[in-house]
Amino acid sequence: MNPAEMVGPQALPELRAKVERILAESERQGATACEVSVSIEQGLSTTVRQGDVETVEFNRDQGFGITLYLGQRKGSASTSATGEAAIRETVAAALAIARHASEDDCAGLPDAVLMAGELPELDLFHPWAISPEQAIERALECEAAAFAADPRIRNADGTSLNSHQGCRVYGNSHGFIGGYASTRHSLSCVMIAEGEGLMQRDYWYDVNRRGEALADSQTIGRRAAERAARRLGARPVPTCEVPVLFSAELATGLFGHFIGAITGGNLYRHASFLEGALGEQLFPEWLSLDERPHIPRALGSAAFDADGLPTRAKHFVEHGRLASYALGTYSGRKLGMPSTANAGGVHNLFVSHGEEDQAALIRRMGRGLLLTELMGQGLNLVTGDYSRGAGGFWVENGEIQYPVQEVTIAGNLRDMFRQIVAVGNDLEHRSNVCTGSVLVERMTLAGS
Amino acid sequence: MSELLLPVSQQLLSPGGLDLDALPALLGELAGPGIDAADLYFQSQVSESWVLEDGIVKEGSFHLDQGVGVRAQSGEKTGFAYSNAITGEALRQAAQAARSIARAGQRGRVQAFAAAQAMPLYAADNPLEAIDRAEKVELLKRIDAATRVLDPRIKQVTVSLAGVWEHILIAASDGSLCADVRPLVRFNVSVIVEQNGRRERGGQGGGGRTDYRFFLDEDRAMGYAREAVRQALVNLEAAPAPAGTLPVVLGPGWSGVLLHEAVGHGLEGDFNRKGSSAYSGRVGERVASSLCTIVDDGTLAGRRGSLSVDDEGTPTQCTTLIENGVLRGYMQDKLNARLMGVAPTGNGRRESYSHLPMPRMTNTYMLAGQSEPEEIIASVKRGLYCASLGGGQVDITSGKFVFSTSEAYLIEDGRITTPVKGATLIGNGPEVMTRVSMVGNDLALDSGVGTCGKDGQSVPVGVGQPTLKIDAITVGGTGA
Repeated sequence: MNPAEMVGPQALPELRAKVERILAESERQGATACEVSVSIEQGLSTTVRQGDVETVEFNRDQGFGITLYLGQRKGSASTSATGEAAIRETVAAALAIARHASEDDCAGLPDAVLMAGELPELDLFHPWAISPEQAIERALECEAAAFAADPRIRNADGTSLNSHQGCRVYGNSHGFIGGYASTRHSLSCVMIAEGEGLMQRDYWYDVNRRGEALADSQTIGRRAAERAARRLGARPVPTCEVPVLFSAELATGLFGHFIGAITGGNLYRHASFLEGALGEQLFPEWLSLDERPHIPRALGSAAFDADGLPTRAKHFVEHGRLASYALGTYSGRKLGMPSTANAGGVHNLFVSHGEEDQAALIRRMGRGLLLTELMGQGLNLVTGDYSRGAGGFWVENGEIQYPVQEVTIAGNLRDMFRQIVAVGNDLEHRSNVCTGSVLVERMTLAGS
Repeated sequence: MSELLLPVSQQLLSPGGLDLDALPALLGELAGPGIDAADLYFQSQVSESWVLEDGIVKEGSFHLDQGVGVRAQSGEKTGFAYSNAITGEALRQAAQAARSIARAGQRGRVQAFAAAQAMPLYAADNPLEAIDRAEKVELLKRIDAATRVLDPRIKQVTVSLAGVWEHILIAASDGSLCADVRPLVRFNVSVIVEQNGRRERGGQGGGGRTDYRFFLDEDRAMGYAREAVRQALVNLEAAPAPAGTLPVVLGPGWSGVLLHEAVGHGLEGDFNRKGSSAYSGRVGERVASSLCTIVDDGTLAGRRGSLSVDDEGTPTQCTTLIENGVLRGYMQDKLNARLMGVAPTGNGRRESYSHLPMPRMTNTYMLAGQSEPEEIIASVKRGLYCASLGGGQVDITSGKFVFSTSEAYLIEDGRITTPVKGATLIGNGPEVMTRVSMVGNDLALDSGVGTCGKDGQSVPVGVGQPTLKIDAITVGGTGA
């Protein structure tokens, strides 16, 4: 692909102009307020399997979405079509909806004085000059390392190298307009191990804003192979109540559920077990959870939220207490509270941790389950009830004994949060949530 | 079907200055030296959704998307590119990118087009315009008001209506040329109830490849609302589910999620070509109890998972996957059928023009057996009855799968007793299916709400089954 045509910061002025054209068209058609988001993206995805290319995909997407208001009535529309006619028709479609929507006291843009001003430079754009041939070569190298790592690795489910870059500009009729270019590159490897006529699959990956900062492809391949091979011979254990050590990459999900439960949309819908829990001691006293939206190059970084408000660092949990909900403008109004600049989500969460690595936590657990796999969506956010398919390793006398599969773990998130015994220093950096492994004192494990 | 070719091609091709006659030359450029097969997939989609919450119609959205996906294949290699612009220039650029996987070799051949003949399974009319906006809003408000008076414990009601109208044109180097116009609608009601400080949720919905009038017929929309409320109130009384391995009876209909996860994914052709499925290489072997006959049927008129033709232009069919417990065959798209030396089964599906086709399910269900449902429940001394499920997931390589209950009860001494909280059940597909010991005579299909995810692509599907009994499976509750 010709680098001159690549999506990047040079496209931002054009996208800004488009946002302004759409805002003007909305006003012309009679909207009293409007917000617009315009984006373009481009990417390359290559997958190899068993030493040969499987797919080479070129992506190029563009489009825009608008939300506009007629007083307190709201309508939205979006399209991938381009040109003046698409702008006129999309605005008209959103207006037609707004005319039929109900008056909603809480609808509307944030107060103009709250809009983001000077935006921090987050350094999110790092294009990777990698050709399809080089991408394939790197993926092949990764898979070859996986095959070489263990003789029980007999099959592969695909190794993919993806490189994406995009630009997004948001603007609204208060005059706010902000945009950025960003990149995201990843290498993932899925391998299959065979033993005694049975197969086990596992994976490993890395993701980064900078392609050059991705973990070495051979390391990723070997890790995927080791993870698949060590699952061979997995079996259920008898039903019991035991401590569960969530490996770091799964512990991110526990805090993801927590964020879901303190998100404004679930709170005002009475759909969260943490409604009204502000200020309550939910976690042990030593645990904190904070948001740092402005870390250069981080995967979750953002200068402004989906409403155009400036994001800011803050605690969601401090000394174990719920210090803040995660609110956007609309859900904040519904709850009678100011927005926390979390419309559209949270940006880079950090969980406080101790000095123990995963091995130390396994020793501390003594007897229980080291959890390395979760299956299904068995979570009821209304009640906090949690029940998931699980796999991992049985731990006895502080040491891993054998792989476990076909069991479930169950509990209630309120209890699980309170019963967190320790967070390890084996931090997961590939996620929007940075946490180490999490030891939970007691859960019900159902098995044979 | 063929009568759709002209109007669909005019809608998709004419704005960019193209017509059907231009396609052979474009395919010829794509299917150059070293390419075994190539295709073009043109699509436009309009969709909308309306949401009522807190008693007001709070949100509505409209989306328009269109583009063309260009694919070239050489052996097991696939090159793919797409464009939002449907013009000759954009197509040539995409073709250049897609054919970059070509090895040196014979010039690919482009067969003369032969328009596929298939029975249309749904109307070509725009389902979004079957009723006007004021009527949509009125419907949401009417259902909301009628739901709120059903029970004083109702605290929150959310009602939504959504529709999609797609135009599709497929042209392939094997001579396939076909058009399809696909409607898809959906209605949902979700409630939250509260009693003595305890809250629970209930939800129900339905839909299919039809238009919005479907929800007005037979009082369907209100039926979903009553079912959502009933389910939520049952769950207010739920005790902890048991933990451990026990007999489980699954009710008819949506419980077919079990088959989708335990059997269906593992029988998709791509996994079996690669040998990565627990069912790989097992055609002709017994993989389930002899009571189990399971099919994937894309030909059911108006069903959510149905298609007149799949996304590669192959007419859909009813494929027998398991017959009396014996594995009969896999679900195939063109690529995997070609590489495995079998015929495609009309299961080549893609989320959109910007995604590659893969073997996917349509409507997957188990045929009815002989037992009365009451007799099945009466046969269980102590176990679990699952009336309704949430979602599921499978690891097709190890065969492990899960599904979660959203309405379940204990069975004690052959009778359904206490409701229990939602729990995840886990088993191994090929093992669990051999433990199916009774199959009911009450086959039912789901109400039209299923969405299946695979490799990041979502497609609408259907499931179904009669009441059935599994002698032993692990139930992930917290109780004794």
